[in-house]
Amino acid sequence: MGIEQKAGNLGIVTTTLEDVVNWSRYNSMWPMLFGLACCAIEMMSTQASSYDLSRFGMELNRASPRQADLMFVAGRVTRKMAPVLRQLYDQMPAPKWVIAMGDCASCGGVFNNYAVVQGVDEIVPVDVYVAGCPPRPEALIHGVMALHEKVRHEKLAKWA
Amino acid sequence: MNDHIQRAVRVLSERFKAEKREFREQVTLVLTPETLNEAVRVLRDELNFNMMMDVTAVDYLGEEPRFNVVYQFYSLEKNARLSLRVPVESLNPHLKTIEDVFPGANWYEREVMDMFGIIFDGHSDPRRIIMPADWQGHPLRKDYPLGYEEVQFTFNFDEIDLRKPKGKE
Repeated sequence: MGIEQKAGNLGIVTTTLEDVVNWSRYNSMWPMLFGLACCAIEMMSTQASSYDLSRFGMELNRASPRQADLMFVAGRVTRKMAPVLRQLYDQMPAPKWVIAMGDCASCGGVFNNYAVVQGVDEIVPVDVYVAGCPPRPEALIHGVMALHEKVRHEKLAKWA
Repeated sequence: MNDHIQRAVRVLSERFKAEKREFREQVTLVLTPETLNEAVRVLRDELNFNMMMDVTAVDYLGEEPRFNVVYQFYSLEKNARLSLRVPVESLNPHLKTIEDVFPGANWYEREVMDMFGIIFDGHSDPRRIIMPADWQGHPLRKDYPLGYEEVQFTFNFDEIDLRKPKGKE
């Protein structure tokens, strides 16, 4: 017996603040594109008509970090690019999440050498790693959904 | 080897004592560092090699002179290609810039400087072009380490994980 029954048809839903905030966050993420290599091509096709990332509430990939809360790191990050990536991450307003797309962004991939950062988690905290070289759009969407699941279950203690 | 290249080889051999090498119809002239600048000017002004296509270098580690700086020239009018090579010692590797003859050599020489550590005297903008400005060493040298990441297995995962850098919020 909750307030729903007593209030009848008044259109009131009871829930927790945690759920409302998390619901609004994961249903409307604003991704920042960080296309660095061939993964970016797959990222583009994820947004294009056949895979249509906007089904998940992500209409626009922004090049501006100020309007974004999710960063797709798509491709290998070179040591020269690393400070730029970190600066753009710092410019994103909190709360923010990072998806490392593909093997290169996750662990350096085949580029085990002096010029490439061995995994973007060396410079920014990563929430979801998507494997593949490059991952297919389905794999990226799976990563996005895994992130949604993660955001949905975030605790008030973490963001309050 | 067409007439135009033959003429160029003759002129440069006579004036600058260039040594000719030929491999599968590709002609290379080996010059000394002192004569390079003048030879390039003669190539451009008298011999009609009006396009500088590339400047790069080779590291023959263990030999002396250790480096060869390689220049590729092309004559648009005659459709002829010629390559110049200049040996450079490993101790204090210096070479005079050809930027005053071909201004386009600017970035090529910066790349050779960045990757091989060969200094071009008189260069207008001697900065690194590819690697970050504070980078140590010259990556295309044969004695430069490639870099290596340890492979994590189940038995040593935690041990290696402690050593790895981690990004913070």
